[in-house]
Amino acid sequence: MALSRNISVSETSRPKLPRHAKLKFDETRQVWVILAPERVLAPDEIAVEVLHLCDGVRSVSDMVDQLAAKYAAPREAIATDVVAMLQDLADKGFLTEAREKTS
Amino acid sequence: MSDLVTDGKATTAPQDGLSVLESRRSTAETFGIPLAVLAELTHRCPLQCPYCSNPLELDRGGSELTTGEWKKVLAELAEIGVLQIHFSGGEPTARKDLVELVQHASDVGLYSNLITSAVLLTREKLAALADAGLCHVQISFQGNEPDVADRVAGLKKAHEKKLEVAKWTRELDLPLTVNAVMHRQNLHQLSDIIQMAVDLEADRLEVANVQYYGWALKNRAALMPTMAQIEETSRIVEEAAVRLKGILTIDYVVPDYYALRPKKCMGGWGRQFFNISPAGKILPCHAAESITGLEFLSVRSNHSIAWIWQNSEAFNRYRGTGWMPEPCQSCEFKEIDFGGCRCQAFALTGDAGNTDPACTLSPMHEQIFKQAEREAASDHNRFLYRNFAGGTLETEGEHGA
Repeated sequence: MALSRNISVSETSRPKLPRHAKLKFDETRQVWVILAPERVLAPDEIAVEVLHLCDGVRSVSDMVDQLAAKYAAPREAIATDVVAMLQDLADKGFLTEAREKTS
Repeated sequence: MSDLVTDGKATTAPQDGLSVLESRRSTAETFGIPLAVLAELTHRCPLQCPYCSNPLELDRGGSELTTGEWKKVLAELAEIGVLQIHFSGGEPTARKDLVELVQHASDVGLYSNLITSAVLLTREKLAALADAGLCHVQISFQGNEPDVADRVAGLKKAHEKKLEVAKWTRELDLPLTVNAVMHRQNLHQLSDIIQMAVDLEADRLEVANVQYYGWALKNRAALMPTMAQIEETSRIVEEAAVRLKGILTIDYVVPDYYALRPKKCMGGWGRQFFNISPAGKILPCHAAESITGLEFLSVRSNHSIAWIWQNSEAFNRYRGTGWMPEPCQSCEFKEIDFGGCRCQAFALTGDAGNTDPACTLSPMHEQIFKQAEREAASDHNRFLYRNFAGGTLETEGEHGA
């Protein structure tokens, strides 16, 4: 029951935006937005960068490696921040996990 | 359906939508183009709910915008910065061109939401809408079981059909919002409705107390909840919101007759929302035509939608705070609630420029509060069903059928 939408984010998760949440650049207002039912969110720059990596294929661990390399920052600190941010988005229903193919 | 943006909802996250964009000094701050627009494609509807948010004078089928006109409107909306389109009605699926319109919304980059009673949908039609890029489905429910629900809807077997369509929605992997309009005669089912939404695998539940304009105002005595019901409702919603965190988001629209402060209706007149009527009028809210003496311009006029939003007399009449009389003008909350609801002020005081009587500072507040209590305690339960004939009164044997 709705389990795919109530996920617990860890380094092995492969999160992606669900069908109803769309990441889009708003040309008029020059900001990235997440479009969701009855909601428009404006994620900050870091969140946008992480969300672009959420393709349902990459694991959170891969994302953290990538970001740690790019920003030459301690992996552990980045991992903590990324997992917390993704969990927050997941709790709000803006992130889901790639489903195992069943057919 | 009245609070389509994020106002009046107890569980709204603080960093949502407009507030975030506004804090970044987006154009929304200066009455920029709204993020979301409600397109009332038609006033035709197989349901006859006594609290319908459509005006008493419904637009006839013949006056509706054509497919070509709606497509032009959708393209224009996307062009000027609207991000989301809500297809509503009446019953939007009564339009034969709905799939084409949803496809066009997708093509021009609009996030589309279908607000439906569901009773006209087939699985094939819903699948076609999903293929056309529909992003979200909102289905109205009138109760949690057919006896109450079909009577309120004024349509036999409506509830059964809604449950079926809700299941198809999830099978097609479309996100689902259950919209439950609540009033005295169904509030006792709220806990069961919440469970129904969970069982249907809905993502969101809107628990919306009836707002009393138009049809609902005519039916107020049959719909007004008691104070005890409202207290129980708030308790149930708060408990469920905590228990179902991560499973079901619950948005709660409080009934304002019993409130101390008025609602920030539509986020403020002409501030962050407009809707388009079936005949193409651009309105500050779906009840705005109930206010006499205001002229609302149409997409069929020779003005652009953006011009109408920014410059038309009707939008500027109650925009911002400059128009406010006392007690609003010197009130510290004037930029928080913008004086409440203009339609309610007009309906209850005869002047849309007065303070909304839902506010304790209105000289009429005490009077409407007492009236609400009196009506809630009455045994007037018969509905006046909504239809093109000006309404049909419920009888012993016939519940709007």
